[in-house]
Amino acid sequence: MAGFELISDEGYRFDGRKPSELRRVRCNMGVFTQADGSAYIEQGNTKVLAAIYGPHEASNNMRSKVCLDKCFINCEFSQAMFSSAERKKRSRGDRKGKDMSAHIKQTFEAAIRTQLYPRSQIDIYLQVLHSDGSLYCACVNAATLALIDAGIAMKDYVCACSASLTKETSLIDINHVEELAGCAEFSAAIMPKLDQIIYSELNGRIHQDELGQLVDAVTSGCKDIFAVIDRFVRGRLEETASYFTHS
Amino acid sequence: MLKSKVIMVKTRSGKILKIVREHYLRDDIDNGLFGGKLEQHPELQNDLVPSEHFLIPDTNVVLHQMDVLEHSCIMNVIMLQTVLHEVKHRSSPVYKRIKLLCANPDKKFFVFTNEHCIDTYSARVKGESTNDMNDRLIRIAAKYYDKCLKDRNQTAVLVTNDRANCAFAKKDGLNALTIEQYVKNIVGYPELLDKLAKADEAIEVDKSISYPEHLKLSQVQAGVKSGRFFQGKLGISRENYLEGKIITHGEDGKEILIQGRLNLNRAVHEDVVAVEMLPEDQWSNPSGVILDVTVQPGAEIADAEKKKSTGVPTGKVVGIIKRSWRPYCGILESFGSPEMTRHLFTPAEKRIPRIRIETRQAKTLIGQRIVVAIDSWPRFSKYPQGHFVKALGSVGDKDTENEVLLLEHDVAHEPFSEAVLNCLPPSDWSIPNQEFAVREDFRDLPICSVDPPGCTDIDDCLHHKDLGDGTVEVGVHIADVTHFIRPGTPIDNEAATRGTTVYLCDKRIDMVPELLSSNLCSLRDDGDRLAFSCIWIMKPNSEIVSTRFCKSVIRSKSSMTYAQAQMQIDDKTANDPVTMGLRGLNKLAKILKRARIEKGALSLSSPEVRFHVDSETHDPIDLQNKELRDTNSMVEEFMLLANCSVAKKIQQEFPECAVLRRHPEPPQSNFDVFLNAAKSRGLELNAATSRDLAVSLDRTEEPKEGIHSYISTLLRILATRCMMQAVYFCSGLESDFRHYGLAAPIYTHFTSPIRRYSDIMVHRLLAASIGADKTFSELLNKTEIQNVCKNLNFRHRMAQYAQRASVGLHTQLFFRSKVVNESGYVIFVRKNAIQVLIPKYGLEGTVFMDRDFEGNTTVNADDLKYIEDKCEITVRGVKLCVFDEVTVQISHDATNVQHQRINLKLVYPKITGISIPSSV
Repeated sequence: MAGFELISDEGYRFDGRKPSELRRVRCNMGVFTQADGSAYIEQGNTKVLAAIYGPHEASNNMRSKVCLDKCFINCEFSQAMFSSAERKKRSRGDRKGKDMSAHIKQTFEAAIRTQLYPRSQIDIYLQVLHSDGSLYCACVNAATLALIDAGIAMKDYVCACSASLTKETSLIDINHVEELAGCAEFSAAIMPKLDQIIYSELNGRIHQDELGQLVDAVTSGCKDIFAVIDRFVRGRLEETASYFTHS
Repeated sequence: MLKSKVIMVKTRSGKILKIVREHYLRDDIDNGLFGGKLEQHPELQNDLVPSEHFLIPDTNVVLHQMDVLEHSCIMNVIMLQTVLHEVKHRSSPVYKRIKLLCANPDKKFFVFTNEHCIDTYSARVKGESTNDMNDRLIRIAAKYYDKCLKDRNQTAVLVTNDRANCAFAKKDGLNALTIEQYVKNIVGYPELLDKLAKADEAIEVDKSISYPEHLKLSQVQAGVKSGRFFQGKLGISRENYLEGKIITHGEDGKEILIQGRLNLNRAVHEDVVAVEMLPEDQWSNPSGVILDVTVQPGAEIADAEKKKSTGVPTGKVVGIIKRSWRPYCGILESFGSPEMTRHLFTPAEKRIPRIRIETRQAKTLIGQRIVVAIDSWPRFSKYPQGHFVKALGSVGDKDTENEVLLLEHDVAHEPFSEAVLNCLPPSDWSIPNQEFAVREDFRDLPICSVDPPGCTDIDDCLHHKDLGDGTVEVGVHIADVTHFIRPGTPIDNEAATRGTTVYLCDKRIDMVPELLSSNLCSLRDDGDRLAFSCIWIMKPNSEIVSTRFCKSVIRSKSSMTYAQAQMQIDDKTANDPVTMGLRGLNKLAKILKRARIEKGALSLSSPEVRFHVDSETHDPIDLQNKELRDTNSMVEEFMLLANCSVAKKIQQEFPECAVLRRHPEPPQSNFDVFLNAAKSRGLELNAATSRDLAVSLDRTEEPKEGIHSYISTLLRILATRCMMQAVYFCSGLESDFRHYGLAAPIYTHFTSPIRRYSDIMVHRLLAASIGADKTFSELLNKTEIQNVCKNLNFRHRMAQYAQRASVGLHTQLFFRSKVVNESGYVIFVRKNAIQVLIPKYGLEGTVFMDRDFEGNTTVNADDLKYIEDKCEITVRGVKLCVFDEVTVQISHDATNVQHQRINLKLVYPKITGISIPSSV
């Protein structure tokens, strides 16, 4: 977009953030009682609900996917009709939703200790209530929380964050306006304690010299997310633990 | 740190969208007062403000009073983010200027991000318009500063010309002033008053004219969308300042003519306007009349008369979509008492109307070139209102006039900045050893350069070597500028903005600093230089066996002029390797040229002259036509070959982002006038393809009964004017690569990196494609490249215009004390005049047919017969036809100091009352 400055000369982004600042992250766990694990996350205006079912015996229509030595993961991503500026009817099986489901599935296949649950199935349901950029990242973070809530064994937390590059500065946690500006967008999911990248995706073109800078920015963004989520999980744990000590 | 957020609802046409955006408020935003730009106490004294103070201008003040803000005494200004955003939205030139001011550490303009600061944020009140909200935000910020400054015994002064805003501010206990009040009471800078732009109400009403009101922008946009109005950029005719045209958007962009002061309705050249078509019976034709403003200054010239109904689409301006006013160079009209403060200003650009200004310095300004900016054009004022910006120097002085033509053509000519000079290598730089390791060593080859005399920026060298196996090796070696100009450095950015070196008659305005252009990069014969080489193995019939590119080190054996090289080739006794090489090159060049012309390349012509300049006064003392020798075309031929080879290579390697040059085929309608003129003299030309044109132009070389031998050259000159501009472009965004004039399928510029930025980009691409250099992100980004190309095209066009203007200026100086009779040729015939070209001086001018040699209108319309189809005009029984030979007297007219110009008067053929009597 011509004449559109993602970052002002004073160093502030469109919404008032600095380049290396996340949006406000708010989260909650155990929002549904029906599901085995559930979570809700807000990253700025991007709002996602996650629900986990399982591990359970493979449902009838999934029999063909059963593995003998590990569990398989079934991921379904859907976006509410009212989640974007324009009301749009979205069928569950549209291309974008399928892609997203596949990406999230792959991400968690790398993080969940699947061999502990042979011949079973884990369902990850994701529902986007409001979409304002960095959808994949919010979904991954929500799913991580829900999986923790469900008590499923994982190698580490999975934290995801996106970044973009303008005027040689990398911006993290891209919102919708910044996505529209047409710069390349890089998203990655990492396991922060193990320091491993388990997923990365680049939309748009960048020069190879700039990749290192983007990876660094995303990594530090993920670690910030991790700090927030970890604090929340520990807080929740202490709260729950205190019930036991009192009773 | 993340404090709060707001929700904004926006609607767009058609669908209603709810757009929710976050808005973070922060408590860590720098207000510049503590350790920042505003730490120092302001010094400017103002009678109305007793204490030390900081200025907070509102949007309109920034938009209209940039010339005041740019004055060196205005410092310590707080620019609010709200104001900057609004300015950006309303006018991008002003936004660029204010950005520059903010970046200048001496001016102490501080940008305060007020909308994200927790202390100065406020949500929109229900029902409040954007304008009102912005005004309120500005007042809140001013109040905030006032509070912060209180314990320093300083104040913030809100500068606004909006009455309501002013009143609100006063109610809030703020110190609010209009810019007039503020400037009038500044102590010690009276000249600032002249720079004030006038507010609308201060303008006196001129009863004689009342322009139709402009439509509101919303009405205009709706009209354009519905197809009732047409949008386009207004281009005023060079010959008649009351006539212009727009070319509508879209694929079938058509021309709409706009005639007359009222129909133009206050639109100025280059403004984007909305035009409504007139009913067909009011359509008119572009007038063939040449309006000469300078003959009777001040006299009102009647709106061009309407012609019969068989006209072209004609319209009237109903609204202005975007003004593109800029500061104009020109002079103050000399009539009127110098004691008065209201004056008329005449711009140097003929297409701009005169401007009314107010100044107290008229006495000193008369006889000077000055710069003036337009502020507004109210409905009841015949001329736009403006204000004085600066004086350049006295009229007729060569330096002043040079300055004027550089400013008018937007040529950056100030000395290079510190940052740019810091990028230069030390002046005793020599080739470091590691360069020899990565470059090929061509220092033993018989390399030489051939250039015009006096050339110090040599960017190309050649060599030719017989390989002994029936093939020859030919090399073109180009200065390796990109070794010194690394991407992204200040020197690179500066070169990209300048785009090209501009050659005036007596001056060269460099694209890169002199150390590079005339020494380190210039391939002189005094030592080793870095080069980028293109080496071909060729058969003697010029068939290319192989092409390769490499970075190299060369040592030129000889820097020759065209004449010297020619002499060496002709000198039978010289048999050194360089001379042998030259002969070989010359032979090959002739074969190459023949092949090229065979394919349909055009050889066009334009009259070019060189001035001999007096070494002391720097005034021109003689001039001569540029001569063309074999060696000129020899060098040219190999440069073309190198450019074509490089174009192919970079297009192959980088199909998405190669920088290429294309010359579009002109539409047939461009040739109409030209073909008609030729036909009137019995010459049938064919311009269907470039080859047809070349062949039929060649046929005119044969002598023919009743026509002088110069006609072929004349036709070539006129054909050149039918052509389109060649342009740079990015290969990923266009599909047509052809170069019409050269009849080449693909072409680029590679051979002059010292003086063209396009070549620098091509060098980088080529270096990356042979692995000699790294790529970087801007190099591979096609939109970025297209943007640079757009700037380069603009700069090249401006450089050409500046060059032409410079020749014009020197021609004037040359004829300052001379009166010469010279023969010339009629190249155009108009309704009341003929256009004459004098090849000896490369001079072109108008001879009026409706007035005598002293400029008085004497011939009435009956005596004047103009036949458009035959391109002829008959005055008092004497017929003048296009391409006729005439004799004219050339003199310099300095009767009016303000408008010095070259006068042409008819000597032969004799026409009573028009030509000069032979006794004079």
